[in-house]
Amino acid sequence: MTLRRFALDAAAIGSLGFILLPLFFVIWLAFFRDEIPTFPPSGYTLAWFRAIADNQSFLSGLITSVQVAVTATLLGLALGVPAALAIARRKFTGQAAIATWLLLPLVVPGVVLGTASYVTHVEAEILTYGAGLEIPIIGSLAALIAAHVLLVIPWTVRLVTASLAGSDGTIEEAAQNLGATPWVTFWRVTLPSIRPGIVAGALFGFVSSFGNLEMSLFLVGPGRTTLPIAILQYLEWKIDPTIAAVSVLQIALIAALLLITDRYVKLARVV
Amino acid sequence: MAELKLSGLAKHYGEVVAVREVSIDVADGEFLVLLGPSGCGKTTTLRMVAGFIRPTKGRIDLGPRDITTLPPWKRNTGLVFQSYALFPHLTVAQNVAFGLEMRKTPRAEIETRVEEALKLARLGGYGARLPREMSGGQQQRVALARALAIRPDVLLLDEPLSNLDAKLRTEVRVEIRELQKKLGLTTMMVTHDQEEALTMADRLVVMSDGEVRQIGTQRDLYERPADRFVAGFVGRSTAIEGRMEGAGRFVSDGGLVVSAASAATGPATLTLRPERLRLGGDADGLGNAFKGKVEFVSYLGSAIDVHVRLNAADHVVAQIANRDGLAEPVVGDEIAVGWPVEAGLIFERKAAPGTARA
Repeated sequence: MTLRRFALDAAAIGSLGFILLPLFFVIWLAFFRDEIPTFPPSGYTLAWFRAIADNQSFLSGLITSVQVAVTATLLGLALGVPAALAIARRKFTGQAAIATWLLLPLVVPGVVLGTASYVTHVEAEILTYGAGLEIPIIGSLAALIAAHVLLVIPWTVRLVTASLAGSDGTIEEAAQNLGATPWVTFWRVTLPSIRPGIVAGALFGFVSSFGNLEMSLFLVGPGRTTLPIAILQYLEWKIDPTIAAVSVLQIALIAALLLITDRYVKLARVV
Repeated sequence: MAELKLSGLAKHYGEVVAVREVSIDVADGEFLVLLGPSGCGKTTTLRMVAGFIRPTKGRIDLGPRDITTLPPWKRNTGLVFQSYALFPHLTVAQNVAFGLEMRKTPRAEIETRVEEALKLARLGGYGARLPREMSGGQQQRVALARALAIRPDVLLLDEPLSNLDAKLRTEVRVEIRELQKKLGLTTMMVTHDQEEALTMADRLVVMSDGEVRQIGTQRDLYERPADRFVAGFVGRSTAIEGRMEGAGRFVSDGGLVVSAASAATGPATLTLRPERLRLGGDADGLGNAFKGKVEFVSYLGSAIDVHVRLNAADHVVAQIANRDGLAEPVVGDEIAVGWPVEAGLIFERKAAPGTARA
């Protein structure tokens, strides 16, 4: 019995270590003095963090990534929340199928999503030519954001649906019985009760958009890079610890988001 | 509070009739219970009154208003849900205040009325709690306080006690009934639990298959059931199938000849309340007396059920009080069983027997 418990504890700690080990090394590496990583390092420095600030493509990549992730998250919520409400509260044919299909971007490989989005954008631009409008779509910021919305939707749908499970619409009926119109009911009762799902869905949507590389590679236009692409491009030239320093900043940003969110919503309860 | 009047209220879902032309009047301050097995249409009827289901036909009047087509939020009914349906993100006080805020009641008045409602529901001091921090019984009282705070024209209770454990249920029954009397609340409750219905109601409506079978007091339903369904659903009874052969003469399928106070003819069912039957010497001199064999005895504490087989087809259940010096019948005993003529209720068996679907 104790042996079994010990084995389980060891497995849990082992898994955690397995997850944390690469993070540990990348953080350590960010402070190495040597340009070519060597073990043990000859000394430590903060120079690589200063190097980020001097690198124009990292900065513009960061700005684009934040822009895209924030906008895609907001649009993903605008589409995903109503979809989740429809799936959880209404009855229609094909409901279960639609619920599954909305999660599809989670399982389709990023390269496939990227190719498909690119082809779609090409077709769409050709269509605008046909209409005599000549709207540039391929490589535009709007097109990149539209594709990233695909990454956000499964998260918002999944997590909002989860927060609706276990409530069958009687609290909405109770609100109406007490004098609330459907509009007031939505704002005062439905929305607050799914708030944890919305916050968590937005967070995970943001993170998956912010970190996306494979899909973005197909969709960025000339002179526009996202942070992950900027990192990839830098790696083609050098492998100095600047990359590690960028990674540390990314980890810190996402960790901060998680911690702030967790103050309002217990993530472990929703996900 | 106001009078509630349902006139010819019906609900059809395509071909399926959920409620068939129901007409019920609930007097001002009356506690009326809709009683019936699940699927009998009682909840549909209640939800039509609350405004969540639009009737196919008929009319609902609440006090001077025709509310048939009003949306739920304009009806001023106070509904207590089976699941309580408390707002999980609001405190108890905020839950109770919700309806008053919707009515744009001034802040100061909201506070006093919330206080008042919580006190009525014996929840003073619990205002700052969240629903999930409370027990089932307390949540039930919050739901009640929330419904009462808006001073509804009618209080609607949808199986309000079915999620409570048995002991609490009997307590809350009495509590709700006393509160209802004290405040003079016009109340309509739905339940499938006949004991609950009998203890709480002023009057009861027995429903089955979307139809009203009988409206009356407890005594009416028990002693003068309108049909075999009511006789079987309210209280216990044993049924013996047979036919009426001449006035007052019932012959069972098993050949038993019984005197019965009925002028009916043709196929019929005789029903008997177990406590009206007498055993052994007590059966002497009664209008009906037969010899039988004790088949089964169950000891219930205050009473004893004795199952007596009269012949291959017919058997009856007699309930006798467990009093001092009782010679308890034993399985296999030959025993006399009898009942007064008027204790046997005769229901004519129609082509389509009025039995309930489960």
